[in-house]
Amino acid sequence: MQDPVDHNDAGQSGVEVKNTTCYMCACRCGIRVTLRDGEVRHIEGNPAHPHNQGVLCAKGASGIMKQYSPGRLSKPLLRKKNAKRGESDFEEISWEQAFGIMHERLAKIRAEDPKKFALFTGRDQMQALTGMFAKQFGTPNYAAHGGFCSVNMAAGLIYTIGGSFWEFGGPDLERSKLFIMFGTAEDHDSNPLKIHISKFKRQGGRFISINPIRTGYSAIADEWVAIKPGTDGALLLAICNEIIQQGLYDRDFLVNYTNAAELVIDDQKSADHGLFYPAEMHYEEGCFDPQNKLWWDKELDIAMGTHTPGCNPYLLGDFTLDDGTAVKPSFQLLKERMEKYSVEWAESITGIPAETIRRLAHEMGVTARDQKIELPIQWTDTWGNEHDSVTGNPVSFHAMRGLAAHSNGFQTIRTLGILMTLLGTIDRPGGFRHKAPFPRPIPPCPKPPKGPDCVKPDTVLDGMPLGWPATPDDLFVDDDGEPVRIDKAFSWEYPLSVHGLMHNTITNAWRGDPYKIDTLLLFMANMAWNSSMNTSKVRDMLTDTDDNGEYKIPFLIVCDAFHSETVAFADLVLPDTTYLERYDALSMLDRPISEFSGPVDSVRIPVTEPKGDCKPFQDVLIELGSRLQLPAFVKQDGKRKFRDYPDFVINYETSPGSGIGFLAGWRGKGGEKFLKGEPNPKQWEMYANNNCFFQYELPKSYQYMRNWNQGYLEWARAHGMTRYAEPINLHLYSEVLQKFRLAAQGKRPGKQPPERLRKRVETYFDPLPFYYEPLESQLVDTREYPLNALTQRPMAMYHSWDSQNAWLRQIHTHNYLFMNPTLASEKGFADGDWIWIESPHGKVRCMCRYSEAVEPGTVWTWNAIGKASGAWGLSPKANESQKGFLLNHVISEELPPCESGKHLSNSDPITGQAAWFDVRVKVYKAEDSESKQSWPQFKPLHRVPGMDKKRGKWQNYVAGLFNAGKKS
Amino acid sequence: MHPAFSVIFLTTLIGAGQGLFLALFTSQFYSLANLLHSPQTAELYAPGSLLALLLLGAGLLASFFHLGHPERAWRSATQWRTSWLSREVIVLPAFMSMVMLYGIVHYFGWTQTLFVISDALPVDLSLIIGTLGTLLAFALFICTAMIYASIKFLQEWHTPLTLINYTLFGIASGFMLAAALSAWMNIELVAFFGAWAVIATLLALLTRVISLIRNQRIRHKSSIQTALGIRHNHIKQSTMGFMGGSFNTREFFHGRSDSALKIIKYFFILMVFVVPVALILVSYMIQSPHLPMLAFAIQFLGLIAERYYFFADARHPQNLYYQNIA
Amino acid sequence: MTQLALVIDLNVCVGCHACVTSCKEWNTSGWAGPMVDQHPYDNDPTGTFFNRVQTYEIGTFPNMETVHFPKSCLHCEDPPCVPVCPTGASYKRKDNGVVLVDYDKCIGCKYCSWACPYGMRELDEYQKVMKKCTLCIDRISDESKPESERKPACVLACPTSARLFGDVHDSDSEVSVAIREQGGYQLMPEWGTRPANHYLPRRKTRLQLHKDELERVDNPLREESLPAAEGETLDDIAF
Ligand SMILES: Nc1nc2c(c(=O)[nH]1)N[C@H]1C(S)=C(S)[C@@H](COP(=O)(O)OP(=O)(O)OC[C@H]3O[C@@H](n4cnc5c(=O)[nH]c(N)nc54)[C@H](O)[C@@H]3O)O[C@H]1N2
Ligand SMILES: Nc1nc2c(c(=O)[nH]1)N[C@H]1C(S)=C(S)[C@@H](COP(=O)(O)OP(=O)(O)OC[C@H]3O[C@@H](n4cnc5c(=O)[nH]c(N)nc54)[C@H](O)[C@@H]3O)O[C@H]1N2
Ligand code: SF4
Ligand code: SF4
Ligand code: SF4
Ligand code: SF4
Ligand code: SF4
Ligand SMILES: [Mo]
Repeated sequence: MQDPVDHNDAGQSGVEVKNTTCYMCACRCGIRVTLRDGEVRHIEGNPAHPHNQGVLCAKGASGIMKQYSPGRLSKPLLRKKNAKRGESDFEEISWEQAFGIMHERLAKIRAEDPKKFALFTGRDQMQALTGMFAKQFGTPNYAAHGGFCSVNMAAGLIYTIGGSFWEFGGPDLERSKLFIMFGTAEDHDSNPLKIHISKFKRQGGRFISINPIRTGYSAIADEWVAIKPGTDGALLLAICNEIIQQGLYDRDFLVNYTNAAELVIDDQKSADHGLFYPAEMHYEEGCFDPQNKLWWDKELDIAMGTHTPGCNPYLLGDFTLDDGTAVKPSFQLLKERMEKYSVEWAESITGIPAETIRRLAHEMGVTARDQKIELPIQWTDTWGNEHDSVTGNPVSFHAMRGLAAHSNGFQTIRTLGILMTLLGTIDRPGGFRHKAPFPRPIPPCPKPPKGPDCVKPDTVLDGMPLGWPATPDDLFVDDDGEPVRIDKAFSWEYPLSVHGLMHNTITNAWRGDPYKIDTLLLFMANMAWNSSMNTSKVRDMLTDTDDNGEYKIPFLIVCDAFHSETVAFADLVLPDTTYLERYDALSMLDRPISEFSGPVDSVRIPVTEPKGDCKPFQDVLIELGSRLQLPAFVKQDGKRKFRDYPDFVINYETSPGSGIGFLAGWRGKGGEKFLKGEPNPKQWEMYANNNCFFQYELPKSYQYMRNWNQGYLEWARAHGMTRYAEPINLHLYSEVLQKFRLAAQGKRPGKQPPERLRKRVETYFDPLPFYYEPLESQLVDTREYPLNALTQRPMAMYHSWDSQNAWLRQIHTHNYLFMNPTLASEKGFADGDWIWIESPHGKVRCMCRYSEAVEPGTVWTWNAIGKASGAWGLSPKANESQKGFLLNHVISEELPPCESGKHLSNSDPITGQAAWFDVRVKVYKAEDSESKQSWPQFKPLHRVPGMDKKRGKWQNYVAGLFNAGKKS
Repeated sequence: MHPAFSVIFLTTLIGAGQGLFLALFTSQFYSLANLLHSPQTAELYAPGSLLALLLLGAGLLASFFHLGHPERAWRSATQWRTSWLSREVIVLPAFMSMVMLYGIVHYFGWTQTLFVISDALPVDLSLIIGTLGTLLAFALFICTAMIYASIKFLQEWHTPLTLINYTLFGIASGFMLAAALSAWMNIELVAFFGAWAVIATLLALLTRVISLIRNQRIRHKSSIQTALGIRHNHIKQSTMGFMGGSFNTREFFHGRSDSALKIIKYFFILMVFVVPVALILVSYMIQSPHLPMLAFAIQFLGLIAERYYFFADARHPQNLYYQNIA
Repeated sequence: MTQLALVIDLNVCVGCHACVTSCKEWNTSGWAGPMVDQHPYDNDPTGTFFNRVQTYEIGTFPNMETVHFPKSCLHCEDPPCVPVCPTGASYKRKDNGVVLVDYDKCIGCKYCSWACPYGMRELDEYQKVMKKCTLCIDRISDESKPESERKPACVLACPTSARLFGDVHDSDSEVSVAIREQGGYQLMPEWGTRPANHYLPRRKTRLQLHKDELERVDNPLREESLPAAEGETLDDIAF
């Protein structure tokens, strides 16, 4: 063998290195791809990239095996004439035919009733384009994964602090001293979070993880607090209570930057009960909180306008205004609410010892108070006060789906927002920090359509397909208060469903409730498998026919890059490119990779040619938009406006001359502007020359306290990020929720909920945080189904994408149901036994595994490792389908019938967030006579035209070659 | 360890070959020293050597099946300074050539006395070659056994008993074969070889039982605690990091249940020790020409089981890292 | 003499497997490749990896720790795998202490793997030669790469920087300092193999709370209205 010192890449010819952005998951790390003779030799993190700073993850480093996977599609496919849906029996067609079919069908729908076309997308990063396409088409029936993902996180915090975790903000671990993580296994900022947790620990920070399970991040926590699923609200309330009781809150912060001191009308009989008392003053209407509120001054013992210079208001007490109105500072209401939430009460619900809860509260409060950070940064607040420094309380939090994916998640997450606020940690060093374009007004400005009239034939949708209701009048309902959207989003069933309810789309469309649709286009969503609840049933719905033998969902178009379970059900399959083959914009209009220090966005630029006839979905939409003559895609004369997606990205402006487009960097004719500016024909080159990202670092004085930072807010307005430069005070008390409650109580004019929903809205739209048992637990017999069943994201797999990946699937080849050995031995299970897991809705046979790392009332498994036989380019005998299982079969998409409705979504009653983690189960041993195979099983799929032929027993990859190395 | 049949055959076959050669030479030595009075002794040496050579050759052949690259096997002779395997690779052919020479010398009858030591021992070419062969046979026992015994963390193997057992098994099976051969050729050495075979077998029984007891009582120096460097009484692997198996899960595990191993153990004790000794005794009493052959066949079969057990019994510390898939 | 090695910090490793696949990705197309996959799309897929990440549970619920444990060749200073090799295919480099296998010499006898107490060697079932972590010898010695990238693929990929790389014989190197200051230890020290790779143990940060921290005069509750006085006071009646 040659000495490695003389044999390395340096000596190889045909080597090229190109930058782009990873898309093995939604984290969007910068990567450097080394090609040898045009084939991928190596993918590494780009050290010059701000997001991942050169590191990668297991998936990112396996990109090669995705690119060359035999599970890839490469031809547009049409279901064979006589073939049944679901059997993946297709013929190859040309793109011209595919466009012809789509154009004809969609043009007709658009001319008749645009809502009959529904476009839903999964874990994509193109909502800017897909949402805009839907609006242009005129259909409101559009949403992405948010509703089944973590909308509770977005809504719970954005309706409280004007920003959120997820992709909108995060913990400032650089400066934090105490970090508490709730219910996070991996999350979107996979690499940045890992980089920061590690640095944080090395700096001596204390890390506490609150999770029923101890894996991944929780493993390296200094303390693991095992909690019963769905009970974090109780824990958080008790902690808030203890913090208030002990006086560990940041009073200055509450007074100045939240509505804590603002006076709320306290008169049960009044139609304005629970609203802030409006002071007489002139203000402009806009989507921001007007400052017409009152404080009660301690010194003079009278009410006065908020932020009156020199005023130090009471936070506690009850007062009577001159006109006789009884009022209380909202903090008083909060304190009263909290009083019943003692640590002992929380112990009985969460299973966490009262002593531990009390200690946690003290640790947070004392650290926040005594380890104050002061940075010598001058800034000016929106009331004109100048500050010599930026201060912060170094306690930070992070939370994700462990809180979000429960039907009490909105209120739980709001409570977390309140806790962070009490500790004074919002957009301050060491606490929670926003990422551009956040903070945004509470709630943000875009609103859904107002009623059925907003949907008209051959017309652009009036309103945004997704938006942020601020009052009942913003709901998208008809005169009876019933839904207009197919997924019933923005209806009284789930008024603040700001990301839609994709998880109910198929069921609703199948049932024809609220109506039937014609064409469903799914992009990057595996709805016949892991992103549907009640998967077996949903698969049946997709093949179910009406009396005429027509499919109940008449036409299904699927755009996917792989032979997924859902592809099998398509009538028309559009083969997408991989991330190494296409242009993408990770846009400020969607979810950019902004840093705490300022806006950042990024792009993908192809590094290799598309495989076969694969076509980027973006190009497909632009082509379709042009053919359908959607206004934004054609010129006055009806000719197409954009050649392709790269051309679109450069030239599209949100409205003519707005200067806002998909990319924020290098705008203006010569690339001299950013965020706002005319199109720049050289924009792609400029991104390419800058490692595929654009970063703007705000002046230091604009980097903190952005909800109230005059300089920042004015800068943001000037650059088109916000419409107003008004302060964004934190909603300790939520008047928005109270407005819905008052409507439900019939106290106010305007839109009213249908009778069956009044009680529901009144109960859950509580302006103050409260705890309730998850809905499913309220409705099923929890003695019969005593256990909670959870899934977690494995770090080395992305949803269902990666079983086609030869390297990643060796790490997770199949999955087990993990359970505490005490539970297992109670049930008589040996480690590895075949068992049944059964919920009121379904059952699954799987294998069990002992684990000490799980709370005894919980069982769990890795998400979406189980696959349908024959899908993903795998052999029908692959472990994924024979030993692996999908938990989704036991999770229902609808609640058991109750007084509020027969077909309510199994979701949060406020946001419509899918309650994946609410499911209650029992487990029991499989009979010895049963087959040692997971159940349910489905008829094996066979390969479709355009897929590579089956790979052999051996795979020896070297830079594009598959059988390198000699066999002896 | 995972018992590799190529290695099992290698070691049992060459062991028997070495033993057979030793038996032949012992008988020659005895007759030279006039301790043995059998006129036909010499008839045995040439075919005996051939048989030994065949066994050695078969062993060598078996060993090739163990190699990924048998075509490069020659390279394995280069590291004799450090590697017992390399030494074995050198000594085995050297020994084989001695056996061959020994056979040739006898076949052609080149046994003229060259000189006489102390007036009692007439030295001829065969004696010189035989002596050298004997030395090489023992050297080979040492090399082969040391391949196993020298790995210190395979504690079941890392003991002089490995060497002793190894040698005794070779001698026992070799003498047993010599007895069988004599019986077959109708040479009156059956009792001589049989007696030595029984002695060697009984000695081997003793040392093997000692090693079984030793191994049962072994306290492994490595534990999950030292493997991870974590001190706690309750440590359990939750995943080994992959699920479809790897070289590490295949090469170092026998993959059999404890009860299956126990059966193998009793099987080999019966087959290697009890039955052959009984058969030899019976054959001595009834003067049967066939029983010694049966005794050898059974013992050899038993030795294969014994070697299987020898592998399966050895617990490689690497297994501490490969205990659970999830 | 130089002895290059990895130091793995169990205190921050989250078990993400980035080091596992980045290793395979770099090496399969490099000097030490290819790295075979067997049954890549069928049941029980298996293949050659130089690095694996395992997980252990220490203790019982709720007093337990989950430990992620990356595992690759330790480049022992006294490597038992080297002298046993009959062909000289296994060798330890004089210049930097890296233990390597020369595939052209290896006869696939597996003896070296028996002689590694740690199970860090894997026979490639296709090429039939022994493979193992090379410490990315063809990266770290590639002078055309910038200094900052002359590091093993796994080290560059690791998002928690749980993998430190350097010369453990240079007492000022990052790795030596980490070993010294953070209690770096070796695996199975009982065999005298003197692994060059070290592991850094878990360390806990705790917060000590004192009672007086909860009873302070600046408690903001004191700013709220105190109960107003009602009725008689001592001032009214006492002389
Ligand atoms: N590698 C990888 N990364 C991914 C993904 C992937 O599939 N693979 N998916 C991406 C997507 S789309 C998303 S939405 C994010 C999600 O990121 P995460 O929210 O981190 O994802 P989950 O795996 O759902 O983690 C939920 C965690 O909450 C815990 N949990 C469940 N119920 C409760 C509870 O009631 N209380 C508490 N305290 N904890 C609870 C679970 O044990 C689990 O650890 O990850 C993204 N990142
Ligand atoms: N039980 C349970 N179920 C869950 C969750 C859970 O925690 N537990 N989590 C939920 C959450 S948060 C989410 S976000 C969803 C995710 O659910 P989805 O987004 O529906 O699922 P994915 O598995 O990500 O796969 C979407 C499809 O995208 C395809 N794909 C991959 N790359 C490309 C590409 O470049 N182009 C195109 N066109 N297609 C591509 C894949 O082949 C796959 O078929 O799952 C949900 N389901
Ligand atoms: S975290 Fe996601 S984007 Fe980043 S490297 Fe991994 S797969 Fe790629
Ligand atoms: S890459 Fe780093 S954090 Fe991830 S498993 Fe490997 S050592 Fe641990
Ligand atoms: S870890 Fe094993 S393979 Fe690596 S040098 Fe040490 S003994 Fe050899
Ligand atoms: S397998 Fe190869 S490297 Fe290992 S001992 Fe045999 S020849 Fe040497
Ligand atoms: S040093 Fe290189 S070869 Fe070794 S484990 Fe890391 S990446 Fe693999
Ligand atoms: Mo998600």
